[in-house]
Amino acid sequence: MADTVVGATSDPHASGPHASGDDPSRRDFINIAAIAATVGAVGGLAWPLIDQMNPAGDTLALASIEFDLTKVEPGQQVVVKWRGKPLFVRHRTPAQIAAAVKDDHADLRDPQTDAERTKPGKAEWLILVGTCTHLGCVPTVGGGEYGGWFCPCHGSVYDTSGRIRKGPAPKNLEVPTYSFLSDTKIKVG
Amino acid sequence: MSKMLRKGLALAALGLALIGGQAMAASEADEPRAPSGGWNFDGPFGKFDMAQLQRGYKVYREVCSACHAMDLMYFRNLGQKGGPFYDPKYPNPNDNPYVKSLAKDIQVKDIDNDTGDPVQRPATPADKFPAPFPNEPAARASNGGALPPDLSVISKAREGGPSYIYSLVGLGFNAPVPAGLTVPAGKYFNPYFVGDVSSAWHGKGPAPKGGFISMPPPLAPGKVTFDDKTPSTVQQQAKDVAAFLAWAAEPKQEERKAFGLGAMIYLFLLTVIVYFSYRRIWRNVSH
Amino acid sequence: MSGHSTYEPKTGFERWLDTRLPIIRFMNDTALDFPTPKNLNYWWTFGGILALMLGIQIVTGIVLAMHYVPHVDYAFNSVERIRRDVNYGWLIQFMHANGASMFFLAVYVHIFRNLYYGSYKAPREVLWILGCVIYLLMIITAFMGYVLPWGQMSFHGAVVITNLIGALPVVGKSITTWLWGGFAVDDPTLNRFFSLHYLMPFVIAGVVILHIWALHVPGNNNPKGVDVKSKADTVPFHPYYTVKDGFAICVFLLMYATFVFYMPDVLGDAINYVKANPLVTPQHIVPEWYLLPFYAILRAVPNKLMGVILMFAAIAVLFILPWLDTSKVRSMRYRPTARLYLGIFFLACLVLGFCGANPPDQPILGHEPSGFMLLDADINSIVWLSRIGALYYFAYFLLVMPILGLTETPLPVPEGISEPVLSHPAAAPTGAAAAPEKRG
Repeated sequence: MADTVVGATSDPHASGPHASGDDPSRRDFINIAAIAATVGAVGGLAWPLIDQMNPAGDTLALASIEFDLTKVEPGQQVVVKWRGKPLFVRHRTPAQIAAAVKDDHADLRDPQTDAERTKPGKAEWLILVGTCTHLGCVPTVGGGEYGGWFCPCHGSVYDTSGRIRKGPAPKNLEVPTYSFLSDTKIKVG
Repeated sequence: MSKMLRKGLALAALGLALIGGQAMAASEADEPRAPSGGWNFDGPFGKFDMAQLQRGYKVYREVCSACHAMDLMYFRNLGQKGGPFYDPKYPNPNDNPYVKSLAKDIQVKDIDNDTGDPVQRPATPADKFPAPFPNEPAARASNGGALPPDLSVISKAREGGPSYIYSLVGLGFNAPVPAGLTVPAGKYFNPYFVGDVSSAWHGKGPAPKGGFISMPPPLAPGKVTFDDKTPSTVQQQAKDVAAFLAWAAEPKQEERKAFGLGAMIYLFLLTVIVYFSYRRIWRNVSH
Repeated sequence: MSGHSTYEPKTGFERWLDTRLPIIRFMNDTALDFPTPKNLNYWWTFGGILALMLGIQIVTGIVLAMHYVPHVDYAFNSVERIRRDVNYGWLIQFMHANGASMFFLAVYVHIFRNLYYGSYKAPREVLWILGCVIYLLMIITAFMGYVLPWGQMSFHGAVVITNLIGALPVVGKSITTWLWGGFAVDDPTLNRFFSLHYLMPFVIAGVVILHIWALHVPGNNNPKGVDVKSKADTVPFHPYYTVKDGFAICVFLLMYATFVFYMPDVLGDAINYVKANPLVTPQHIVPEWYLLPFYAILRAVPNKLMGVILMFAAIAVLFILPWLDTSKVRSMRYRPTARLYLGIFFLACLVLGFCGANPPDQPILGHEPSGFMLLDADINSIVWLSRIGALYYFAYFLLVMPILGLTETPLPVPEGISEPVLSHPAAAPTGAAAAPEKRG
């Protein structure tokens, strides 16, 4: 630093950066560019800091599971953990299927036919995300007047197709994305 | 920049160089050598050779994994971006059919959901590489008291990294045992292994560099058959497995370098712009 | 935080807020209009760099704490999981680990700038002492942070450092046990270190606020070391020093980014990639580079207690520095002899760092010891080199500084910031401001 230079100069306190202006357009451009580029850098770094809270690689790896259906007896339900939530795998009896189909055109809060909630030709298998669509509690199987599920938290009642029939829940129990790998094996997620 | 600042930076560089001397000082082993031609993943623009990583995985799977665990590795890692079996058609490595088939060949431990019994089942991409031994005492008992180290980050855990691994398994076991050195039973002399052989040295002059390793020579010509018909020499196997382990120690290093390039360019441009802004603002101040 | 305010509320809201919580006035007076000597050079930009580094360490640290598991069985793997599986975890983890080194690099430049320009002298003694407190807190924070990845060096470093306290007579052993929460460094130790490592940066941030407060009472020192005489000697902090600091920060970040992206492990120790094993000690225990000089002082003394005392004294002596220096002249620009001694002091610190990195019995010249024993060690060994370094370290503060200030003859000191030392008739034309690109 040349600290010994002497010279009359404009008073920066009085005029600040807008000192006796020569070519103001370039001055503005370069300073605005510097500020903009700095904001861009901070914004660029912000994304990694936000994205790190999204599911990590090991979490995503467990996101799809395969399940062997032979373990489930007719009329029974097996609960497996999927993405940290319960997954209902219910093997329905013909009576339960009939009860569900009968109500396809009843006054439903979230109208859906039973066929829309199962795979073609696999009506006995009902695969559902086991969290109440009200506030996320786990409904108990076989409870409530429709023989489907009953949520103990706030009294939502689901039928044998997992459709909401009574209580505060707004939607039917969610059917996850799944596919049959074979007659006895499904892949969820 | 002022003269003084430059002087200061030079001194700081000198200081760092002095501190860097610590690695030099502790050489009780031969300096690890990179294979001729070096590593193609070295440097800011270096990238892994996919075919080499695939061969390296085969060497690990067929040779090393008999004794060495890779606790931090999952089968899915093999199919992730930058991994040996990455397929752009399957951005989610868990769906990659080749990775699935590789995993299926390996049996992993599990608990039967119905009976609670321990069972073996074929692995899925979400499974870890299974460990060859259930615990440390079992590993020691099977290896004459020595513990085969976990290889997940071995490339970072040893001075010299991949060159060390290459030298140790590819070159070191072929080195002749110096006359006057008594190799203990069940041990092997390796000039690249960090150790101290002075108590077993009866020859003239200072004891040779190197150490006694409990691992028998792991590689042999033709021990692994490469699918791409690469001649399966010991050095080729060593080179490929060292590259695989270098990748496994930090599977995202290519992402790091690529991101870094963009960040550095942006930062450099920002520096230039801010410099001109600085000159602009200070133009009327004598200081 | 001092002096009269130049803030004039412009809008109705600003006037309303100003009479209730004058925060805009406060920001304006401390960060925008603060009169700053106009002749500060680039060495003065490290304060801003340090503030940024503290911010980066806190932000990345909070993120890492979301993924880290402070348990002996999971700590190592959880750090690796951050690098391998968490989105951009590798970036955040490498930024944090290398950020610690950059933080210390910047703090050392900041301290040496202080020593060179005599910024610790009256009326800035409290400012200096607060800086020393920050430095001490930084060391403690960095030490505990280094333990968290639970590698071999983390663990055995923690063992060695906590055992130092055991050197204290009578209470030493109980304090160590209390610190460990057991009979060795173990899970309870890791947990409390994690908790404290999370806490300390906020304590540091608090002291930094005091540090800035103490700066704003007397104002900045400057390369000439003379007091500000008039308004003509100063410029408002913003935009003059925001942009200058900004430029220096960019250059610093370029270096930082080079480490993070292209050599993230070069400042660390390879052995720390081996999971902690209490049954096997690595061949050479070394702290991170920024603590090597103190480690060398510790090992220079054959007596455990004396070593510990000297090591702490090496930091403690900094606190009384303003009263050890007897010179009336602040800036070493006008103290050529003092400058020489400071240069040697800088070298002594580097030599001590070198000694701390190497085994004590290792020869310095050649590969063989000289065979000549002086007291307890070979003369050609790291031990003796570190003793010479340590001796100079203390002699500089305790002998050179007090004596030199009384005996030396400084060069003529300028009257003020805007006046030259000697008159340069040729260099003082009125048109000096017309050719600004020749300076810088």
